[in-house]
Amino acid sequence: MGRTLFDKIWESHVITERDDGTALLFIDRHLVHDATAQAFDQLKAEGKKVRRPDLTFGMADHYIATHHDPERDPVHDDMVTTLAENARDQNIMSFGAGDERQGIVHVAGPELGLTLPGTLLVCGDSHTSTHGALGALAFGIGTSEVAHVLATQTLWQKRPRSMHIRIDGELGPYVTAKDLILTIISTIGANGGAGHVIEYSGKVIDQLSIESRLTLCNMSIEAGARAGMIAPDETTFAYLKGKPFAPQGENFERAVSVWRNLTSDADAQHDAEITIEARAIAPTVTWGNSPETALPVTDHVPTLEEIDVNKREQYSATIEYMGLEPGEKLTSLVVDRVFIGSCTNSRLEDLREAAKIAKLGKAKVPTVVVPGSQQVRRQAEQEGLHEIFLQAGFEWREPGCSMCVAMNGDSVPDGARCASTSNRNFAGRQGPGSRTHLMSPAMAAAAAITGHLTDVRELEGIKC
Amino acid sequence: MLAFTEHRGQVLRLPWENIDTDQIIPARYLHRPRDAGYGEQLFHDLRFTPDGSLRVGFPLNDPTKAESSILVAGRNFGCGSSREHAVWALLDYGFRVVIAPDFGDIFFNNSLKNGLLAIRMDEQSIESLMQEGGDSTILTVDLFRQSIINRDGVSLEFDIDSYRKEALLKGESEVQMTFRLLDEIKEFEARHITENPWIETP
Repeated sequence: MGRTLFDKIWESHVITERDDGTALLFIDRHLVHDATAQAFDQLKAEGKKVRRPDLTFGMADHYIATHHDPERDPVHDDMVTTLAENARDQNIMSFGAGDERQGIVHVAGPELGLTLPGTLLVCGDSHTSTHGALGALAFGIGTSEVAHVLATQTLWQKRPRSMHIRIDGELGPYVTAKDLILTIISTIGANGGAGHVIEYSGKVIDQLSIESRLTLCNMSIEAGARAGMIAPDETTFAYLKGKPFAPQGENFERAVSVWRNLTSDADAQHDAEITIEARAIAPTVTWGNSPETALPVTDHVPTLEEIDVNKREQYSATIEYMGLEPGEKLTSLVVDRVFIGSCTNSRLEDLREAAKIAKLGKAKVPTVVVPGSQQVRRQAEQEGLHEIFLQAGFEWREPGCSMCVAMNGDSVPDGARCASTSNRNFAGRQGPGSRTHLMSPAMAAAAAITGHLTDVRELEGIKC
Repeated sequence: MLAFTEHRGQVLRLPWENIDTDQIIPARYLHRPRDAGYGEQLFHDLRFTPDGSLRVGFPLNDPTKAESSILVAGRNFGCGSSREHAVWALLDYGFRVVIAPDFGDIFFNNSLKNGLLAIRMDEQSIESLMQEGGDSTILTVDLFRQSIINRDGVSLEFDIDSYRKEALLKGESEVQMTFRLLDEIKEFEARHITENPWIETP
């Protein structure tokens, strides 16, 4: 029987296997960030050094400042400094504050060529699933596992099952990879992918840019999946060519000839098969405190009767927390803040989409744009995108995780409603009492200039 | 790692779905070193109002439940962020067992690596244990026998991988266990990098 893309990468990294099916895997790339300090403490407590510093890379993103804030908690800078110190002590290359290669680890990693097809990549962050967009097997791990990888360059894992999601048809105007993944999550549920690695394929995927594929794989974890992945193709190889940490010259050609085998065989069997029709997808927003509460923006806040019987117990708590009226139109929700950024949607393509909309008006509410990396920031400035944002009254900041996880002091005030391009609408995620609605960059920019959730396709000046 | 053999304790029920690790411990507390302890921060924004007083209605704030050490949760418990602090907060508060129909995969792994026994069990089985004693049920969890027993002697078996069970019973560090395989790792590594040289050299 044929093998899936996942089977091929998994099997090529198994060092040994236990009777219960738990495998010891070799790790090709280990990315560490500034919220991993406790793992280095564990490593020291074990009396070990980093075994393969050359395969380990540091990135400051969770705690890094995105603007000058006189009230910034010095503890946040300490975390950035601690990463630099741990990296220096352990001889790890690390991209910290002031480095032109710094960025959110899931934005900067791929753009530096640290993420390669066929490799097994881990990082102590659940959104590591992002990197599967380049045909890698990539997943998030906990602190103890980070310490284990630092010490041994290996990881014990139980083999996940595989799920195949085929996307047929094509995406309509202003319908993006973000709308697609939100629709997938609402279709299969926030634990629909639990215990699985998802492989995405189909005509829509073939036509997606790498940046959009990164957005799609990024939020696989929000469906509960360990990882998301897409078989590498010509788009992937063209993206990687010339990247500083990708193979160069003849080595690149040799690598590509190997990478071409990284597809699921025609007779390969996945443990689960799902098909999504892209034509049916509208610009999508979430209303509740789980990404599975995604709906077309043309819809309304569900009433109790419209909610799945098993989910009714939490419904009233969610409605109260989010400050909603059952049955009200989603487009009537007035926003207080807009955040454009995060490892989901802070790449150049995302900023271009947001800028197209920003051109059409002025921000009605405080709107923050946080590019995903220094490289994205430079490229956006070369294209003049920052000027479009500034003219529209949007703030233009330095790269980092920022208001997605609200660990660096950037946060949404208590009770404020935020249109956000990030990945999680959990209660308190963007700050205590924050009310998050997830959406695409164009949709977030539309909310910024109208002051309420808006179907971007209906904006004056938009041709669909 | 904290060893786990047998534990008897009071049950706290939190039957909501999709309790994410941001709810278990908010991100703003993650910078603290491990030995600072995280028990006070467990379920912080669910337990406390913004002015620091106890939130009425949150199960853990019921004085008769404050000593609970076995958490019975809803579907997809511990989804979201990979933060191991969620496990540390549960342990530091005093929990030793979490039972749910299913878990966030990363949370599940993190639990077992710290001596917090995460048990996957379907709703019906959980309910069958709860029927007699109601909310104040006392359960005994025996890892060696892989069984949960209530006060009426009703017993249910649970599954756990043999490797994880062994590690929990011994409380042994996984790093030390893996280092015993170092020769095998090195042999694999040499062959793997020869076949895929771009892993090491751009």
